[in-house]
Amino acid sequence: MNKFWAILFLLVPVLGCATFIVGPYFNVWLPTDISTDGRMIDHLFYVILWLTGAVFVGTEVVLFLFLWRYDARRDDEPAKFTHGSHSLEVVWTILPAATLLFIAIYQMNAWALEKMDRPNIPPTAEVTGRQFEWRLRYPGPDGELYTQDDVTGVNELHLPVGEEILLIIKSQDVLHSFFLPVMRVKQDVVPGMKQYVWFKCTETGKYDIVCAELCGWGHYKMKGQLTVEPRADFDRWLAEQHVLQTATTDPSGDEE
Amino acid sequence: MSTVTVDTHAHAASAGHGHAGNFITTYVFSRDHKVIGIQFLFSSLIWFLIGGLLALGVRWQVAWPWSPMPVIGKALFAAQGGQIPPEYYTMLFTMHATVMIFFVIIPILAGAFGNFLIPLMIGADDMAFPTLNMLSYWFMWPAFLCLGASFFCAGHGAGAGWTSYAPLSVMQTAAPNSGMAQNFWLLAVTFVGISSMLGSVNYMTTIIQMRAPGMTMFRLPLTIWAMFITAVLQAFALPVLTAAGFMQLLDRLTGTGFFLPEGLVVNNSVAASGGGQPLLWQHLFWFYSHPAVYIMILPAMGMVSDMIACFARKPIFGYKPMVYSISGIAGLGFIVWGHHMFVSGMNPALGMTFMVSTMMIALPSAVKVFNWLGTLWGAKILFTTPMLFALSFVSMFIIGGLSGIFMAATPVDIFIHDTYFIVAHFHYVLFAGTAMGVFGAIYYWFPKMFGRTMNDAWGKVHFFLTFVLLNCVFFPMHILGARGFPRRLADPYHYQTFRHLQPLNEFMTWCAIAMVAAQIIFVINFFGSMFFGPKAGRNPWHANGLEWQAPSPPGHGNFDFQPVIYRGPYEYNSPEVETDYYPQTQPPPKDAARSTDAHEQGH
Repeated sequence: MNKFWAILFLLVPVLGCATFIVGPYFNVWLPTDISTDGRMIDHLFYVILWLTGAVFVGTEVVLFLFLWRYDARRDDEPAKFTHGSHSLEVVWTILPAATLLFIAIYQMNAWALEKMDRPNIPPTAEVTGRQFEWRLRYPGPDGELYTQDDVTGVNELHLPVGEEILLIIKSQDVLHSFFLPVMRVKQDVVPGMKQYVWFKCTETGKYDIVCAELCGWGHYKMKGQLTVEPRADFDRWLAEQHVLQTATTDPSGDEE
Repeated sequence: MSTVTVDTHAHAASAGHGHAGNFITTYVFSRDHKVIGIQFLFSSLIWFLIGGLLALGVRWQVAWPWSPMPVIGKALFAAQGGQIPPEYYTMLFTMHATVMIFFVIIPILAGAFGNFLIPLMIGADDMAFPTLNMLSYWFMWPAFLCLGASFFCAGHGAGAGWTSYAPLSVMQTAAPNSGMAQNFWLLAVTFVGISSMLGSVNYMTTIIQMRAPGMTMFRLPLTIWAMFITAVLQAFALPVLTAAGFMQLLDRLTGTGFFLPEGLVVNNSVAASGGGQPLLWQHLFWFYSHPAVYIMILPAMGMVSDMIACFARKPIFGYKPMVYSISGIAGLGFIVWGHHMFVSGMNPALGMTFMVSTMMIALPSAVKVFNWLGTLWGAKILFTTPMLFALSFVSMFIIGGLSGIFMAATPVDIFIHDTYFIVAHFHYVLFAGTAMGVFGAIYYWFPKMFGRTMNDAWGKVHFFLTFVLLNCVFFPMHILGARGFPRRLADPYHYQTFRHLQPLNEFMTWCAIAMVAAQIIFVINFFGSMFFGPKAGRNPWHANGLEWQAPSPPGHGNFDFQPVIYRGPYEYNSPEVETDYYPQTQPPPKDAARSTDAHEQGH
């Protein structure tokens, strides 16, 4: 029976690793990345996964071996009467400390690129979260945001492929979070604060915009759609929107 | 040292305890730490059940959104045809977390086990301030009533998340359940804070002042060290949460604007004031609630250490490094709160700093794991129920600890923040870790609490089912999180990209239902053993700790002799004695030779 318990604990690393191996085959794993920066984040994810995976398997297997080997009923030798080992403590303090420090330092570049080194380009659009939708505003024909000819929309974000994108993201009421899973982009939006996200899409297609911060009863339905398209299509779409909006009596749609 | 058989009542009276024999003062408004501890234990276990059922509600919705809930759906949501309405779903996960954190884990660790064990393990006849101790339990009741009342307010209970982020939690118009329900929620959390504060000053004073002769700080069991450090954490972090709670109440009720920006309009209603900052709430909240994470794990680590040493029949490996790790976790615990806010809009430069401090806090945790493994090396392991739970704590804490590193890494956190990855992480720490540790502790100290032993075979069945099922529920959450599956969505399948994840979620929900059902075994074993279990002697596990020298259950005043401590609590298989254990009160052989009438260890 005691071996049974040891084996039960061995199943933890075995089935744990199996889950991570099987997951990708059922599309329960990192979604395919369609941005340039997402690759960097995925790389860091895998670095940590391999390091922690090695520690996970190592410690869990040692646990199993000890449970298997050091059963109370063995009579080959008495229990070791020891209070510890100073040199072991030093080793298993310094090694993880160095590894953890390495992981931390290894992340810093990516973090700076993602959140600190904002590209010096004009914003492609402004996205404003409100219960429970994403309000959008594009510069009109004059190429400037916050002018009379701005193009507005709701939930249907169009972006050109292969270009550096800078979005201004804001909130009008409560916290929301602008989350693009396929681009590894996430930023909470805070009322009273103006935030930026920047990224570059590498593939055309339609993707979900997810609200990732609880924003009330309708949080689940605060869904936007991102359409990534070639520059020409994007320009044509924007021009169409502009024509549609100037044709109606209300030019802006969401003036507060 | 001669046998001292003092009358327990005389002993207690000499220490200044009232002990009028009536029912109310003995069992209700008791000032005896053991009774208070057991009161905490019972109320926490009842709330554990409530919190578990709330979790099943969450799981039901994640697996089968909008499908009518069987049996209770008709009663609760007749208007919606038995479906869980979305605002009700926000209430479910808010209240699940609130109940589990504030009414279960914190009170069961500090309140139940802290109270019961501290005086017994250090050789005191009671806490330093028995009346304060009684108050610390009875301040839980206003909290219970407030949270209970919250369920009956508009919206069926607070629904802004257990983190209650502003402005959702502040603006009454922001959600159907942001009215009185949220006020009651804030009051409940404040009362829990008062209770914890009263407890923590008491624990610190007791541990510093009331140790038995010979019980030096470095002869304390790790349980006591953990309780001590936890009390310090609570004393320094809690005032911040209490203040923040009051600030939010003022924002809600009196028109201040601590957490509201200028000109805020929510759901077509204009905020009464502005000029505040929503992020301020997050800073204040996490300044308490991050240390609270350690308040919720350190005592379990301590208790697990005691169980492992006892059933490995070996001294704990690296006692002092264990103590330093606990202290290190507590110290670093105060400077890592910002890791909850990497994508909150906080200055990203600050994110870098918090990343480094957060990475470093993994170090003392790693040292503890290595020392537990070191303890098992060359041991003689007895696979009792408490030992299995303690071992599972180690095994599961490895997972919970390692998955934390993903979130600590700021760029990776951008992607997995607020996904099921974090849900997996904290359930591995708090359920698979702490709750399993607590189950072990209940099986381990039950004989001391009630004088009878719990059934070991059924305990193992309970362990096996819980251990297997919890992994079926929580392990897949890692890969769900890696897929970007967000938490707190009433209907995740509203997003095309997550639709294929529903079968996996259904499997997890079935396992969750089975896991809650498996706890029936524990409940029956618990109450059955309390009345019909085999009588336990003083020391059924042949353990070294001082508490095992007191009668089971200990009378008022605890010890029927004056304990004198000769050594640390982990001298198992010492070459100095024949037996494989060596109680802290047993004089060394040369002393024993001098005083032949050494105290007999009954068991």
